[in-house]
Amino acid sequence: MSTRIAAHGRLIDRAKSVGFTFNGKPMRGYAGDTLASALLAGDQMVMGRSYKYHRPRGAVASGAEEPNALMGLGEGAKFEPNQRATTTELFEGLTARSQNHWPGLEFDVGAVNGRLSRFLPAGFYYKMFIHPRAFWKHVYEPVIRQAAGLGRVPGGRDADTYEHFHCFTDVLVIGGGVAGLQAARSAAASGASVLVLEQSAHWGGRAPVDGGTVDGAGADDFVRETVAELEAMPNVTLRNRCMGAGVYDHGYALGYERLTDHAPRAGGPRHRLWRIRARRIVTATGAIERPLAFAGNDVPGVMLASAMRDYLVNWAVAPGRRVIVATNNDDAYRTAITLKTSGIDVLRILDARSSGGGALMQEARALGIRIDCGRAIGRVSGGKRVRSVAVCAQEGTGGALEEVECDAVAMSGGWSPVVHLWSHCGGKLIWDEARAHFRPDPERPPRGADGEGFVIPAGAANGELALNGILGDADEAGKTAARGAGFKPARSKAPRGETVEEAPLQPVWLMPRHADAHLRAKAWLDYQNDVKVSDVRLAAQEGYHSVEHTKRYTTLGMATDQGKLSNINGLATLADAIGSEIPQVGTTTFRPPYTPISMGAIAGEARGAIFQPVRRTPMHGWHEANGADWEPVGQWRRPYTYLRDGESQHDAVMREVRNTRQAVGLLDASTLGKLLVKGPDAGRFLDMLYTNMMSTLKPGKCRYGLMCSENGFLIDDGVVARIDEHTFLCHTTTGGAERIHAHMEEWLQTEWWDWQVHVANLTEQFAQVAVVGPDARKLLERLGGMDLSAGAMAFMEWRDGRIAEFDARVYRISFSGELSFEVAVPASQGLAFWEALMDAGREFGVMPYGTEALHVMRAEKGFIMIGDETDGTVIPQDLGLGWAISKKKEDYLGKRAQARPHMTDPTRWKLVGLETVDGAVLPDGAYALAEGVNANGQRNVQGRVTSTYMSPTLGRGIAMGLVLNGPDRMGEVLEFPGTDGKTYQARIVDQVFYDKDGEKQNV
Amino acid sequence: MKRYSAFAVAREALRNHKGWGRAWAAPEPKRHYDVIIVGAGGHGLATAYYLGRNFGITNVAVLEKGWLGGGNTGRNTTIIRSNYLQDPSAAIYEKARSLYETLSQDLNYNVMYSPRGVMMLAQTQAEVRGYRRTAHANALQGVQTEWISPARVKELVPIINIDGPRYPVLGALWQARGGTARHDAVAWGYARACSAMGMHIIQQCEVTGIRRENGRVAGVDTTRGAIACDKLGLVVAGHSGVLAEMAGFRLPIESVALQALVSEPIKPCMDVVVMANTVHGYMSQSDKGEMVIGGGADGFNNYTQRGSFHHVEETVRALVETFPMISRLKMLRQWGGIVDMTGDRSPILSKTPLEGCFINCGWGTGGFKSIPGSGWGMAELMATGESALTRAFGLERFREGRFIDESVAAGVAH
Ligand SMILES: Cc1cc2nc3c(=O)[nH]c(=O)nc-3n(C[C@H](O)[C@H](O)[C@H](O)COP(=O)(O)OP(=O)(O)OC[C@H]3O[C@@H](n4cnc5c(N)ncnc54)[C@H](O)[C@@H]3O)c2cc1C
Repeated sequence: MSTRIAAHGRLIDRAKSVGFTFNGKPMRGYAGDTLASALLAGDQMVMGRSYKYHRPRGAVASGAEEPNALMGLGEGAKFEPNQRATTTELFEGLTARSQNHWPGLEFDVGAVNGRLSRFLPAGFYYKMFIHPRAFWKHVYEPVIRQAAGLGRVPGGRDADTYEHFHCFTDVLVIGGGVAGLQAARSAAASGASVLVLEQSAHWGGRAPVDGGTVDGAGADDFVRETVAELEAMPNVTLRNRCMGAGVYDHGYALGYERLTDHAPRAGGPRHRLWRIRARRIVTATGAIERPLAFAGNDVPGVMLASAMRDYLVNWAVAPGRRVIVATNNDDAYRTAITLKTSGIDVLRILDARSSGGGALMQEARALGIRIDCGRAIGRVSGGKRVRSVAVCAQEGTGGALEEVECDAVAMSGGWSPVVHLWSHCGGKLIWDEARAHFRPDPERPPRGADGEGFVIPAGAANGELALNGILGDADEAGKTAARGAGFKPARSKAPRGETVEEAPLQPVWLMPRHADAHLRAKAWLDYQNDVKVSDVRLAAQEGYHSVEHTKRYTTLGMATDQGKLSNINGLATLADAIGSEIPQVGTTTFRPPYTPISMGAIAGEARGAIFQPVRRTPMHGWHEANGADWEPVGQWRRPYTYLRDGESQHDAVMREVRNTRQAVGLLDASTLGKLLVKGPDAGRFLDMLYTNMMSTLKPGKCRYGLMCSENGFLIDDGVVARIDEHTFLCHTTTGGAERIHAHMEEWLQTEWWDWQVHVANLTEQFAQVAVVGPDARKLLERLGGMDLSAGAMAFMEWRDGRIAEFDARVYRISFSGELSFEVAVPASQGLAFWEALMDAGREFGVMPYGTEALHVMRAEKGFIMIGDETDGTVIPQDLGLGWAISKKKEDYLGKRAQARPHMTDPTRWKLVGLETVDGAVLPDGAYALAEGVNANGQRNVQGRVTSTYMSPTLGRGIAMGLVLNGPDRMGEVLEFPGTDGKTYQARIVDQVFYDKDGEKQNV
Repeated sequence: MKRYSAFAVAREALRNHKGWGRAWAAPEPKRHYDVIIVGAGGHGLATAYYLGRNFGITNVAVLEKGWLGGGNTGRNTTIIRSNYLQDPSAAIYEKARSLYETLSQDLNYNVMYSPRGVMMLAQTQAEVRGYRRTAHANALQGVQTEWISPARVKELVPIINIDGPRYPVLGALWQARGGTARHDAVAWGYARACSAMGMHIIQQCEVTGIRRENGRVAGVDTTRGAIACDKLGLVVAGHSGVLAEMAGFRLPIESVALQALVSEPIKPCMDVVVMANTVHGYMSQSDKGEMVIGGGADGFNNYTQRGSFHHVEETVRALVETFPMISRLKMLRQWGGIVDMTGDRSPILSKTPLEGCFINCGWGTGGFKSIPGSGWGMAELMATGESALTRAFGLERFREGRFIDESVAAGVAH
């Protein structure tokens, strides 16, 4: 049966029928419908189940504040749970499923919780399930988890895309109702750039539904004209379906634009996140109607009066045929009048005020509607739909005066301004006694760096509820914003709004006022989370008096609607229960986002392969084509080894080491950091950064240097080459390039800002190849060019020159113990150079080698590796690197720290070599046992393995480690328990396993 | 104090729950207490509780400027684990974890400790090595952890993406008895138990000054008047620097905002806690069904309990990469807390230069898991002047360079 009426329907197009399914059932609506209005039109009142008691629920609202009508939308990789039906625009082929029930919406086993509700009051789980202990994890919790949660879990990878926009604007207006539009107009008239965001698909907000005139014309006309005017202005951008999601420090704001949710076949990104910097932000976010707390206020068919009006006027849907209206203010009379004039029976208006309302009441009465003043709803009866209402006196305890059969209830408890965005960044609120709501405190706005408030509330969001007041306030807000953004507002008058004068509201926090315990246990505050008046009162009784305690104890306001309907009613209930006043109780904190936004939109484009950029050396493609087994190192990928057909990783590494030691190998060393340090004070600067003396290095020479943190710990190492008097090139580890660059800049910018030094990161400007092995020189000579003989270029020297047709800078340094040249060429020549080396090297048996072979060779040679031998707690002295610490310098970073008692403690663990007794490989990271246990019962230890490898050169496992008094204990055997249950025995030996005298590298 | 149990709830249900009394009393401050603890967060309350329980010291007041549990204790993502690398850390976190196992029974308040397992993903070789090392260390420290393969990771967490492409999962460090607990309940449970021992928990009572006499602590000034004490414990997390200044000494602490967020609730899909430090994010699913998400701290010093959006973006991006399906969930709420970071990222449990004044702070991004152990050790230190659990965490370590650096094994420490 359709509940569509003939009148109204300003947002629907009756000529366009739209098909969709609900729980598999085919249904039809019109273009312009929301999912909720289409369901209601199809007489589908129950739309979901509540969270705790699994109560059947219908839509109680018509917009973003809806707590009940949550759906799973779409299928497969486009499925999304917890979508509000009230803000979902209908489209052809939409598939919707209700949530949180088993086996079905109509019959749900979980509803038994509702029967047991008296045993499940607020916080029941804190008092129960304590014994037996193991039951929480294994029995109670799994059951609770299964019952909890709302929507179904989405499946797999998201099929949609998302994007980010970045923009600057002088004025951001959030909300496209009459206040937002007028504020935008008055701000834009000053010449300021203005961005207007409206969350729904329509401009104008509530005014076209609520009636009244602007400058004599209907609100609809005003909206149309103003939008047209704004659209024509080059300094104005209008965006609907775009919600102001959050306001942050320094005028930063988020917009959440739903581009294709209403048209999923349109293509392009689904959501767009606007990242906005605004000089001023106007929040014209309107107000939200409050429910009334009476027993049975959650039965499907009980609805906010304004929502019922929306369904009638916007979508021509009548949620009921025989309606009762309950209110404490005049506004709900508009709903009664609209119902009546649409041909719906309005059985009663129950006005809690003993003297009733003003002009609107007269109008309703003139239409023949029965109005009972001082009356209230005692209880609504009905299961899946309102059946009847027990009418009582508002000032009583709920004794029924009469029972009226009806099928819908419209309720209004007054209006609360939407203050969320004002509050996100610290804006404070004041309690408005007359209107019984919190509104922004103009004295305490969120302030920017200049000390000025940067958020300006406008219209209903500022507590103005009558049309004329709204327009005037908004006009002024626009001007204030323009002024704040540095513009001179144009002289203009606000349009004049006219509406019927309203009588004052009377706060009603419980209906009837003295409702007994049974009624209170059926009066809902938070629909979704099933928090009732009785729960808040119980929290108060148990001493959870802080509003935050009450919220957390009862879960009031913690559902997906974040308490948009329940907060004020909840804290009024709390205030009443503890005998305090609402302003003293205060609100909980408003946190972004205003309504939930998709994680997809937050992540934006950065996913999959472009989650983070992969940095590639010029030879990356060659490695890829030649069997590289990649290892991520920071954002780089480096070949761990190069696999040949059928070869295991381990075999490949062994082969690469052997070949390099016996013939010649190539390593792509381009990822090593290359920082150019230049300026008259460069030497002095490096003397502070490195433990070594760098200022005395001669141009043409290289020096291995160590860098420590202020706390003395070794943070990086590398070879420094002096290019000329004022120029040094500092090599860092691959992972260290950016970090060390930043470290240098930090010291230059904060401490030694007057030193004449510049640092540039040249890492990607050069491709660098290590040519390593006994045939290294021969290979380079085969290419021809500069003189690389021992006489022309000694160990630890560098030269510029040409090799074949390449511009080369050659460093004669070695990290393997072999004869070795590291050759840097401009990045653009890197691949050609590499290929030339491979070609020319064929006769020498050249092979590329990866990072693991590099590690094995450096370990055989006893060289330390940052990140292996160091871990942020190791000082150079622990590693036997005292020789690299200049004794002549007055100071360097870390020097003072290294003099602290713990650093000079002779019992610090020191670096040694370790050799297993049986030749096996020691487990990485294993600890050496010592006698006994410490005061906390932990096993005592006396050392640990820092690096461990199979050495093909020695044919056995080798390792390095830090050991208590290690260097003095050569030959002693230590025990290392593995996590595999075995204990490994290893002898302390010298850490240099290979070519102790350095004969190989010095040829 | 009325005992909590299913029977008690059933009995009360029949009389509309009229019989429940206050969980904790709201007394007026006395003039003098043997011990005053400043800060009714988890650590302050646990300190008070174990002073009473283990040492019979019950003439104690816990002073709280706001509402109890309203600092980081009520804002954190509730991960509990003890798979730390350094001995002193492993000792105090494992003590805490083992106390959590029976805390609901000890306090007669269900804190919902759920040892569902904590997994720390390794996505670089450096992490693989770091966690392997931790597994070795843990075995000798009496902490049960295990290095597991990518296949086992996938088996435990079906919704995870282990194939990258950017950072494939190479394995994980797994602590089966790690998990989560309900943060508010921890604070409330301790508060109720303290109150039952006759201790005074005084909310809305900000300490504004510290009184000294002859180089000893004599009491505090508060917004509710001066209160004298023999011993004073400062347990105020992000505000430790402020309180230390009142006591006349300085701390090596910086306060920064750490953020977290939750999704809308969905049906159960992940029963364990997953931390991914390379990409910088971690996630678990609460009993309510929300995905609870956190990441790194904001990079600037700050006392406002709200954060920037940029960290949220970084964290969510990391987790969408790790759990692709969350792309279609929505962020319900983001928030922040002020965390107290020391130079070595390890806490301070210590005597101070002011005699009779003790401090417990520096838990930074990861002190929820340690609440019972910290309270246990701190109570011992305050009652007896010495505790094996807290010995390594003294203030003098910064002067001596005796740091306890955990960043060695893992970047993020929650
Ligand atoms: C977003 C976030 C996520 C986190 N995630 C985790 C996690 O997953 N696992 C984990 O183990 N840890 C986590 N932590 C850290 C953990 O929350 C904290 O380390 C821990 O809660 C600190 O407890 P506390 O009692 O020391 O401090 P708090 O709980 O902050 O308590 C300090 C109290 O002192 C009060 N106070 C301050 N000044 C005064 C004064 N002058 N007078 C009186 N009272 C005062 C404050 O109001 C406050 O209540 C997280 C923290 C945050 C912010």
